[in-house]
Amino acid sequence: MRRLGVDFLALGGALPAWHAAVGAAHWHDAARHAHASGVRLVSLWGTDRRAAGGTLVVSAAYALPEGIAWLDLPLRDESAGYPDLAGLYPAAIRLQRATADLLGIAPAGATDTRPWLDHGAWTERHPLRIDPAPNPEPASRDYPFVRVEGDGVHEIAVGPVHAGTIEPGHFRFSVVGEKVLRLEERLGYAHKGMEQRLARCAPLEGHRLAGRISGDSTVAYAWAYAMALEAATGCAVPPRAAHLRALLLERERVANHLGDLGALGNDGAFAFGLAQFSRLREDWLRLSRAAFGHRLLMDTVVPGGVAVDVDDATAPRLLAQCDAIEIEVRRLRAIYDEHAGLQDRFAGTGRVSAELAAQLGLVGLAARASGRPGDLRCDQPWAPYDRLAVRQAAHSAGDVAARVAVRFDELMESLRLIRALLGDLPEGGSRVTVVVRPSPGFGTGRAEGWRGEVFVALELGADGRIVRCHVHDPSWHDWPVVEHAVIGNIVPDFPLINKSFNLSYSGHDL
Amino acid sequence: MWKILHQVARAGIASEPPPEPDDALRTSAEALRGELLATLGRALAIRHVDAGSCNACELEIHALENPYYNLEGLGIRFVASPRHADLLLVTGPVSRNMALALRRTWEAVPDPKLVVAIGDCGSGCGLLGENYATCGPVASVLPVDVAVPGCPPPPLEILRGILTAVRQRKG
Repeated sequence: MRRLGVDFLALGGALPAWHAAVGAAHWHDAARHAHASGVRLVSLWGTDRRAAGGTLVVSAAYALPEGIAWLDLPLRDESAGYPDLAGLYPAAIRLQRATADLLGIAPAGATDTRPWLDHGAWTERHPLRIDPAPNPEPASRDYPFVRVEGDGVHEIAVGPVHAGTIEPGHFRFSVVGEKVLRLEERLGYAHKGMEQRLARCAPLEGHRLAGRISGDSTVAYAWAYAMALEAATGCAVPPRAAHLRALLLERERVANHLGDLGALGNDGAFAFGLAQFSRLREDWLRLSRAAFGHRLLMDTVVPGGVAVDVDDATAPRLLAQCDAIEIEVRRLRAIYDEHAGLQDRFAGTGRVSAELAAQLGLVGLAARASGRPGDLRCDQPWAPYDRLAVRQAAHSAGDVAARVAVRFDELMESLRLIRALLGDLPEGGSRVTVVVRPSPGFGTGRAEGWRGEVFVALELGADGRIVRCHVHDPSWHDWPVVEHAVIGNIVPDFPLINKSFNLSYSGHDL
Repeated sequence: MWKILHQVARAGIASEPPPEPDDALRTSAEALRGELLATLGRALAIRHVDAGSCNACELEIHALENPYYNLEGLGIRFVASPRHADLLLVTGPVSRNMALALRRTWEAVPDPKLVVAIGDCGSGCGLLGENYATCGPVASVLPVDVAVPGCPPPPLEILRGILTAVRQRKG
C-alpha cells in the first residue's frame, strides 16, 4: 500500500495496520502529507534495536482512514537527531521530550528541550536503551516553569500532592486576581518504568502489566495489548471472546461515566449528585465482582480471548441491571439539566472550541464534546462493533456542560450495546492458546476506552521475547489542551474543568 | 427541588447495616466510634497520597466514600491537608519522582501519626516492584503501621486496614 508518499507493508491483526521504514526526508514529508489531509498523529516513541544489530529508531503512528500507519526512522547518527514534528503536531512536543528522557534521542532544533518524565530522581538514565547508564546522583530537580510577568500577576503552585483523592501532578497557575492567565502542567510523578517492565516480561504475561497502566481503563489496555500480541503471532480470537471483550469494555465505560457524573455534580457544589451516582456505580461494581470476579474487571481480558464467561444465570442479572440503571440515570439527568445552579457552573466553563481542538489534536470523549468526531468503534469498527452500528456522541459547545452531555449520551449507548451483545452472544469457546514462536513480529492494538483511543505497538524479537512494547494513553493528546481550556476562567473552576476531562496521570506518566 | 427530594426519598438510605457477627471489622458502629475516641480523642482524619499508583486503588478509596459504607457515620473523614490528618493513606509503588513529596507530606502530619499502605504495590507484593523509577513498597520510604494487600483492595478491606491501624495504636 502506498500512502503519505511511502510504501507500506501490511501487518496482520484485528484492525488494519501497515508498517514501513523511512529516511529523515520521508519522515518529515509523510508528516506533512498526513497533516495536510487531516490525519491524526496517534503516538510517537523510540526503540533501541542495537541488540539485534539495528540502530536506535524513532517511530510514529498515524490514524489513516484505512488503519494505522506505523513509520520507523532508523537513526544512523543519533547525535544528529531527527526532524521535529512539533510544528505540525503540537502533541508531538511532549512525546518527543519523553522519548529523549527514555532513549536519549531528540529532535534536531527542538525549542523545548526540558526533560519531561525524568525529574532527575531515576537511578538510570535513558532506561529504554539496552545499556542504560547509572545515574550517579539521583535527586529531584527543580523545573524551569515559564514565568508570566506584569502588574498584579502572581503564581499559584498546586501539587504533586493534591487536596483530595487524586493522582499526582503539578499545576502552576499564573493569575491576576481570580482569573487564570496561564496554566503550565508538570507531569511524570507517577512514572513507574512500565515500558521497561513490559520489555522484560514474557509476552503471554504482558496483559497483566498493560492492565495496570491506568487502572480505570484496565479492559481497554488489556484488550489493546492482547490485540497487538495476537497480531504479532497470527492468532485469531473466537467470536464469543470478541463479544465478551466488548461487553467488558462497555461495562468499564459505564462504570467510569457513572463515577464522573457524580464527581462533576460534586465539583459543581451539588453533593446530591455524588451521593446518587456513587451509589449506582457501587451497584455496578458489585455486579462486576459477582459476574466476572473483579470489581474493576482486571485480568479478565487475556491473550487469545477472555478469562471469564457469561452463563445463563448471569445474563439476566446483567440485563436487569441495565434496565434499573437506565431508569435512574434518566431521572438524574433531568435533575441535572433543570438545576440552575449546576448549569450555571457547567455552561461556558472550560471551553475548547472546535478550531482549538483540531489545532491541538484533542481526542476521545473531550473531542466529541468539541465538535471533533472520532470514535474507533464507529470509524473503524472491528468485531463485534462492526455489527452494532455504534451511535457516536456529538456535542459542539466544548464546555464542561458538553463533556457532561457526552457522558450521559455514551452511558445510554453503552447500556444499549450491552443489551445487544448479551442478546447475540455467539456459541463456542471464549479463549484459544496463543503460540509465541521464536521469530520477529510486529503488531498493533487499539481499543476505544472510555477516555479515548488506547494504542499499543508491540515488537517481538527473533527469540520470541518483547523488544519493545509501546503503550499510549489518549491523555497525552488532551493534557496540553487542558492548559488552554482554563485560560480566562477563575481558579475555583479549575477542579471542575479538570474533572470534566478526567485525564489519566498514570496512563500518561507510565 | 421536588424532583430532588423525590429522588432522595425514592433512593432511601443505602447505608448497609453495620454488624455482621463474624465480621471482626464492624462489630458495631457505636463500639467503633468509641474506639476512635479512646485512641485519638476525636474522629479520625485521613489524608490520602497517591505516590505512583495506577489509579485503581484511588477508585476504591473513592468508593469507600459512597453511601453504602457510611464512612462519616463512623467518624472517619478525608481531609485536604496533611496538617489536619491523623492517618496517611498511601497508594502505589512509591515512584522515585514522588518519594520526596511523600516524605514531606508525612513530615507535615502531626504526631502521633499512622500510616496505612494500600494495595499490592504499596504493600510490596504486587506486580510493580522496585526498579529505576520506583522505590518499591511504601515501607521503603515511610514507617508503615498496616499494609492492605489487594489489586486493588475493595472498599471494605481498605476500611478494615484503617481500623486495624487505629486499634493497633490503642493496644
